[in-house]
Amino acid sequence: MAWLVFVVLSGIIVGGGLGVVTTRNVVYAALFLLVSLIGVAGFYVLLLSEFLAVVQIFIYVGAIVIVLLFGIMLTRSDEYPRIADNEQWPAAVLMGLGFFTLLGLALLTYPNLSDERNEIALPTLGNSLFTDWALPFEIASLLLLIALVGAVVLAREDKKP
Amino acid sequence: MITLVHFQIVSAALFSIGLYGVMARRSAILILMSIELMLNAVNINLVAVASFLDPDRFAGIIITIFVITVAAAEVGLALAIVLRLFRNRATINVDNIDLMKW
Repeated sequence: MAWLVFVVLSGIIVGGGLGVVTTRNVVYAALFLLVSLIGVAGFYVLLLSEFLAVVQIFIYVGAIVIVLLFGIMLTRSDEYPRIADNEQWPAAVLMGLGFFTLLGLALLTYPNLSDERNEIALPTLGNSLFTDWALPFEIASLLLLIALVGAVVLAREDKKP
Repeated sequence: MITLVHFQIVSAALFSIGLYGVMARRSAILILMSIELMLNAVNINLVAVASFLDPDRFAGIIITIFVITVAAAEVGLALAIVLRLFRNRATINVDNIDLMKW
């Protein structure tokens, strides 16, 4: 049963990813990205970290894809269908396939260390986040603030002095 | 029986797809989407390793939370830059933005 779920989710993730990099329509690409990201959330459930699955849905699906769609809307021009892929795309295919082969060989030759998925309880996760990882947590909040201010400064209209 | 390797193979496939997208696409927003795919591939890998091998320290899960945070900040900033680019140059084709190319 878990195997079936795994195969279906893998198909969703890889199929969505292929859709993102092959479709000519930018809006379809964003929607394919959405499909792929939901598949990744399913993987998190399969790996017994439901909290991350919820975070994935909230932030990636709820925020990032919507922001990308806003970006497409605001830069709406008739040039989108005309931006074709690079002329070097066969080289990119070779690079991608070669990289995948290399990674796959490296992964398959590595000995299997564990067969068991473990669940990490949410209270344990929260405790660790606010004790051992408190400094990175604060830095992340600062980073978000800086990115917010930077995005506002970059994107607002020019004012003549 | 699903083992760690299966998750890592799917992660490697997704990363390679993202790599192809970054190299072959010419529209800035599509390149951004490919980068998101690569970040998600890395996240799958981190969570799988944390769940299979590292249930006591679960560093992978914490790092994934930070990766998602940074990805959100990155998309916001990158789209601000794309918007500014579109306003100044009226194009988001990265091949036309070669002012600093020698």
